[in-house]
Amino acid sequence: MLNRSLKMRDRAVTSRRAFLRGTAAAGGALVIGLHLEKGARAAGGPDFSKVPARPNAFVRIAADDTVTVVIKHLDMGQGNTTGLATIVAEELDADWGQMRADFAPADASLYNNLAFGPIQGTGGSTAVANSWIQLRKAGAAARAMLVAAAAQEWKVPVGEITIEKGVLRHPSGKESRFGAFAAKAATQAVPENPTLKDPSAFRLIGTRLPRLDSKAKTDGSAQYALDVRRPGQLTALVARAPRFGATLKSVDDSAAKAVPGVVQVVRIPSGVAVVARDTWSAMKGREALTLTWDDAGAERQSTESQQATYKAMADKPGLVASKQGDAAGAIKGAAKVLEAEFNFPYLAHAPMEPLNATIERAGDGSYDIYAGSQFQTIEQAVAAGILGTTADKIRITTLWAGGSFGRRATASADYIAEAAAILKATGEKAPIHLVWTREDDITGGYYRPAAYHRIRAGLDAKGAITGWEHRIVGKSIIIGTALEAMMVKDGVDATTVEGASDTPYALPAYRFEVHNAREGVPVLWWRSVGHSHTAQAMEVFIDELAHAAGQDPVAYRLGLLKQAPRLSAALTLAAEKAGWNARAQKPGRGYGVAAHESFGSYVAMVADVTAEAGKVKVNRIVAAVDVGVAVNPDIIRAQVEGSVGFALSAVLRNRITFKDGEVQEKNFDAYEPTRMSEMPKVEVHIVPSAAAPTGIGEPGVPVLAPAIANAVFAATGQRLRSLPLDLTALRGV
Amino acid sequence: MTKLTLNGRTYEVDADPEMPLLWAIRDHLNLTGTKYGCGIAQCGACTVHLDGQPVRSCQTRLGDVGDAKITTIEGISGPVAEAVRTAWRQLDVVQCGYCQSGQMMSAIGLLSENRKPSDADIDAAMDGNVCRCGTYQRIRAAIHDAARSLA
Repeated sequence: MLNRSLKMRDRAVTSRRAFLRGTAAAGGALVIGLHLEKGARAAGGPDFSKVPARPNAFVRIAADDTVTVVIKHLDMGQGNTTGLATIVAEELDADWGQMRADFAPADASLYNNLAFGPIQGTGGSTAVANSWIQLRKAGAAARAMLVAAAAQEWKVPVGEITIEKGVLRHPSGKESRFGAFAAKAATQAVPENPTLKDPSAFRLIGTRLPRLDSKAKTDGSAQYALDVRRPGQLTALVARAPRFGATLKSVDDSAAKAVPGVVQVVRIPSGVAVVARDTWSAMKGREALTLTWDDAGAERQSTESQQATYKAMADKPGLVASKQGDAAGAIKGAAKVLEAEFNFPYLAHAPMEPLNATIERAGDGSYDIYAGSQFQTIEQAVAAGILGTTADKIRITTLWAGGSFGRRATASADYIAEAAAILKATGEKAPIHLVWTREDDITGGYYRPAAYHRIRAGLDAKGAITGWEHRIVGKSIIIGTALEAMMVKDGVDATTVEGASDTPYALPAYRFEVHNAREGVPVLWWRSVGHSHTAQAMEVFIDELAHAAGQDPVAYRLGLLKQAPRLSAALTLAAEKAGWNARAQKPGRGYGVAAHESFGSYVAMVADVTAEAGKVKVNRIVAAVDVGVAVNPDIIRAQVEGSVGFALSAVLRNRITFKDGEVQEKNFDAYEPTRMSEMPKVEVHIVPSAAAPTGIGEPGVPVLAPAIANAVFAATGQRLRSLPLDLTALRGV
Repeated sequence: MTKLTLNGRTYEVDADPEMPLLWAIRDHLNLTGTKYGCGIAQCGACTVHLDGQPVRSCQTRLGDVGDAKITTIEGISGPVAEAVRTAWRQLDVVQCGYCQSGQMMSAIGLLSENRKPSDADIDAAMDGNVCRCGTYQRIRAAIHDAARSLA
């Protein structure tokens, strides 16, 4: 065997300090990782190739011929388990049927995300991108060790042994599967620089392989965090303040304690936890609490006042995110000037599996956490800080996650901190399973930030852009968290402006500015982060300019993307496959296009919609994507199909609104995800590429809204800019 | 004590008869394939069969189940269930997979009544099942595939 083989509503000062302790050294590298993405664009992406070959950390070959790949990332549905196993299987020349996967323990010394420096975690569509060379080396080294073992046993030269589909062969007729040599292979020296395959020899990469998780996810056996059942475990629900920033004034828990099944009621920094024998009893107990809150420091805004504040802020110059030339002057002298504004609401992630985690104390004083863990290293540090121990005493068992879309990754490890606080407050006797209900999830904050964009641009007499001025108002995801010092430069948080201030469009003069809003609503990355709003603003406004210039929207974009060949190619392919040039032009039916780069991947979409007063039906989406080498084409297609399904409800209706500081949407009735009958037909085309693979968990999301909005314009002549699209504004169609 | 017949076995559950069947199945019988998603019958993740009919177990009181035979994802069997499971696997429908138990229970319910569902039939039967990952296109295709294999 080769098996040596914060801000949770501004609570928890202790956890934040612990986080700083745990990641002070790590932070610098995290910054470098994130900034590399931009700086390295010209050079073809961040360099994740300088990693040692570590077959023992990532590959386990068993006597029964199974090959288990150790997965260092959270699989929240994006299919990285299958993707990462494919990379190892390829270099190992394994048979796909022998491949298995197992989630890695929390150990950043082996399993850090190379894009996050020394932090183990998942996000930014980096799983395949950062693991590509690491796992190819691991697989190639394991292969070399198997070959060396066979050569010894068979007493033949190493160079005469071949492997095909999991079978080692020698021309003399000797052959064996991997299991027989597993033990002997483990004793071989690990080659430092194993030879990697030439891509022309890839046999698995680029083909359709069955997902490794399909079986367990279709018979009820896949284990999610919510399914953890530890001996003696108790279920905890937390009553939290109805307004962000409020503090607990008084508790009357007598009625709650009288509810059958309720075991204990404890105060924790985020509120009051009811601990019970089962979920239902905890729910009944929580309902029976009488709590009063001090709203002195609470957020009391309503959505209308927040939007008015943002709009007023945009009247003044902001912090400069990027600039070139004299944009104002160029617009002043233009033949035509266009101006537009865009509003974006807060959005909840609402993964199907609500947040939850189980935590228990082991006999030796160490702890176990069972969770859909997305930021293992941060969660270890935060839990250790609360429990008064060191991060190495916190073990994490990462389980399948029922979605995340960013929600399980917070700088404060918010729900893990809550679980640890309950364990501590209950005396660390029984394992505690903290469960958030759907209402807790939708009202619990950490939303995609609300945003306001105002854009002005000038066109010359021929319709060419002369200058572009763009102001964005939104609350920074990073400012106010432990990551601020490391990730915010001159007040500008790249996650607020990404996708706009670094636009690939050739603008002769431009100025992108940002205002950091400061309301007390916790915000977080939501699948595609800043791109979830910047792409809508950029791609709708470009469409307006094309229209004003009297030019075809695809041709107009291509004219501005001469320095962006990969995005151009994706756009060209999507237009061609959608039949753009032959599209029917009739009232009430329209085609719209959008193209956008995010996370190093290039996606273009054409939407075909039918629009009438109060209603938009998306008939068909044709997408083209360039993600570099397509490791698993079918998973890439699935991610783009899913991005459409995920993002469509945000285009059509989703918004989190506030009244006097209280969230108005509480469950799926008021915050309704896309449903089957709304799902358009989605076609996904992959641009062939030999470039290092990037990610596809997020990049399919940003282009959907502008493609649809532009199609609605084509169908109706009416521009809907803000999201969700205001369908009630469609008149006379 | 409430007596339940589930997946062909009889169980006694010591819980409040007001408790939703969902929590009795998950917390008392420890069968976790049936999922909690919203608790208000808006997502279908908790779908089980009562005497072969898909129901939302989050809105079914333990005390109201009576003699009805409960089937969960762990207990499905027969040609329709096999056709659905096979189609789900062949098309790799799942992403996060959390909603898929409920999706499959609804799909089995549909195909048990209607061996050749149209797209409109699928919309009607499946609109109550939310998939946040957006796997609807493959769910639809898998239902059509399962129907073909049953024909």
